[in-house]
Amino acid sequence: MLSIKNLHAKVEEKDILKGLNIEIKPGEIHAIMGPNGAGKSTLGNVLSGREGYEVTDGEVIFDGKNILDMDTEERAREGLFLAFQYPVEIPGVSNLEFLKASVDAVRAHRGQDPLDSVSFLKLAREKCKAVNLDQNFLKRGVNEGFSGGEKKRNEIMQMMLLEPKLCILDETDSGLDIDALQVVAEGVNSQRDPNRSFIVVTHYQRLLDYIVPDYVHVLAGGKIVKSGGKELALELEEKGYGWIENGAA
Amino acid sequence: MSEEINQYIKSEYAAGFITDIESETLPPGLNEDVIRFISAKKGEPEWLLEWRLKAFEIFMEMEEPTWAHVHYPKINFQDISYYSSPKSMADKPQSLDEVDPELLRTYEKLGIPLHEQEVLAGVANVAMDVVFDSVSVATTFREKLSEAGVIFMPISEAVHKHPELVKKYLGSVVPQRDNYYAALNCAVFSDGSFVYIPKGVRCPMELSTYFRINEQNTGQFERTLIIADEGSHVSYLEGCTAPMRDENQLHAAVVELVALDNAEIKYSTVQNWYPGDENGKGGIYNFVTKRAVAHTNAKVSWTQVETGSAVTWKYPSCILKGDNSIGEFYSVALTNNFQQADTGTKMIHLGKNTKSTIISKGISAGKSQNAYRGLVRMNPSAEGARNFTQCDSLLIGDKCGAHTFPYIESKHPSAVIEHEATTSTVSDDQMFLCQQRGIDPEKAVSMIVNGFCKEVFKELPMEFAVEAGKLLEVSLEGSVG
Ligand SMILES: Nc1ncnc2c1ncn2[C@@H]1O[C@H](COP(=O)(O)OP(=O)(O)OP(=O)(O)O)[C@@H](O)[C@H]1O
Ligand SMILES: [Mg+2]
Repeated sequence: MLSIKNLHAKVEEKDILKGLNIEIKPGEIHAIMGPNGAGKSTLGNVLSGREGYEVTDGEVIFDGKNILDMDTEERAREGLFLAFQYPVEIPGVSNLEFLKASVDAVRAHRGQDPLDSVSFLKLAREKCKAVNLDQNFLKRGVNEGFSGGEKKRNEIMQMMLLEPKLCILDETDSGLDIDALQVVAEGVNSQRDPNRSFIVVTHYQRLLDYIVPDYVHVLAGGKIVKSGGKELALELEEKGYGWIENGAA
Repeated sequence: MSEEINQYIKSEYAAGFITDIESETLPPGLNEDVIRFISAKKGEPEWLLEWRLKAFEIFMEMEEPTWAHVHYPKINFQDISYYSSPKSMADKPQSLDEVDPELLRTYEKLGIPLHEQEVLAGVANVAMDVVFDSVSVATTFREKLSEAGVIFMPISEAVHKHPELVKKYLGSVVPQRDNYYAALNCAVFSDGSFVYIPKGVRCPMELSTYFRINEQNTGQFERTLIIADEGSHVSYLEGCTAPMRDENQLHAAVVELVALDNAEIKYSTVQNWYPGDENGKGGIYNFVTKRAVAHTNAKVSWTQVETGSAVTWKYPSCILKGDNSIGEFYSVALTNNFQQADTGTKMIHLGKNTKSTIISKGISAGKSQNAYRGLVRMNPSAEGARNFTQCDSLLIGDKCGAHTFPYIESKHPSAVIEHEATTSTVSDDQMFLCQQRGIDPEKAVSMIVNGFCKEVFKELPMEFAVEAGKLLEVSLEGSVG
């Protein structure tokens, strides 16, 4: 599904990713943990092709295609989805309108006709329900005045609508109350599929009790410094990152 | 990434074609003879000629105003032609069948419905008056309207058919001496629309005038007068376009609205004059005076979507004369490339318990400058008057400017004035969110801008709200790479 080899990237002339490798097979869930400022969000941005994030070396193959030459929107249409650590507000643009534009763009890329408004509304309502968001959120501006937890649930709702191949969840658990955490985790688990993979970025092993990963990686200093099974998360929770970083340096 | 956002924006002006038609155009120059010529062309009565000449005298004494936040080379009024009419219009065609097909094609290309059957078959229920350079080419649905007692005709014709109304109200809201460009307009105005809605009548259709400047080196000086008699109601929309030309052209219009007791006038403008090219060459100078008087319990609502013109100088205003009268101003002004806009409103509260609302949305892109200028005045007689003003600016890129000049004069202690203002940008984060969800950057910009304008668009008649959204999209349309 996703193969990252020796990825180097810089932002504003600062090297952030320094030789990162990951192999993700269809259906797998990979958790990425690591200290603040390690480059986790940067990885999501680089994979999404965000303007200003420059790849200086390495390759990224997504679903058999080299995506590094593609525009952000093209990668998204190919099935790469990023749930943001800090979802931004777009005042005045209704969530529904935004979602329709998004789903229509992805469908057009797949050669499908746009959904008619009625079927789309029905679908969007369904997904709202799945993440326990009131239908009113469809009418409100994108993330406009949403609470932190509502924004995160809104991200998961979008993911469910778009049915991507690869979902990158950047700290989707941060700021969620205990019930919301469960709702989000159930949402993610309901999307598990042999043809869909996940990268789950988190600081807390608690999320991984709900969304059980196949692998856990530690990202520090711009590369993966340790990988293991789900028990690695428990070990990190207990010992912190110092022991790995020191060992890796 | 503001640089990148900027590149998604370019203006692609679809109405920029020239109609190849023979016209009778007065040589450039401004003097009493020109005024006499225009007046004679329209066969005007003596009083109107005198009125024009008086205005010209006043104009000659006045100085061009410099207070607006706009810069342009001094206009030489002797270089402009003040009258141009398609030759074919000289025979005064009596119906659409007699109008030069080339002229009709122009409106077809612009998407302006002139054939009544087509209008009836479509969704828009609208009667049109179309003004081409200095003359009105056609006015539709006049019979249907006259059944309701509604008068909708070129003002040049109203001068003959309804002289008492024209004489009573012309210049009653915007007098000759009002300002520099208004004085000029009073002297040389050519055509425009005249509307009268009788007592208690709700106008059965939307009324609309479409202004087109075609001829080179000419100015357009239209004059519109709308009178809503007691308890009547009318919704009126004007649109305007011009060909792409390298030289600047002057458009100095005057619009007067009279809303008598309990009447309601809704006046919407979609202004899309040629804005000039991406280097700031060419474009229309749009210097317009629009004002309304609202009598007791009357309501006047101005809605404008301003996307065109090289320089815009325009303040549709309300004189809230009668008690409990209401004035509203909803504005979207978009400037791109080197466009400059200085626009806003004046709400003059005279009557008791008068209310006004101002919602202004300014969008600046490219290297443009966009200013809101507004005056709210509560006179000593305006007991219990209220105003709410909201003034929002959206910046696209970092080479443009947004300015706000609110003036408040409150001379009654019970008056309540509220003012809110915000400035925001189309942020990199917003663009990234849209693109990460598969949305084209052009579409993203236009969606964000449309969202920003939502409160104003919902005030437009429905058919035109869609139109306005599309117009913004075109004005913002850009090439990637
Ligand atoms: N646009 C940018 N401009 C300048 N520096 C940046 C930019 N984006 C990221 N960085 C820097 O890159 C480093 C990695 O940031 P990143 O957001 O990827 O960390 P993270 O691992 O996601 O941290 P956290 O756990 O706090 O979310 C940080 O030092 C950050 O300041
Ligand atoms: Mg982060």
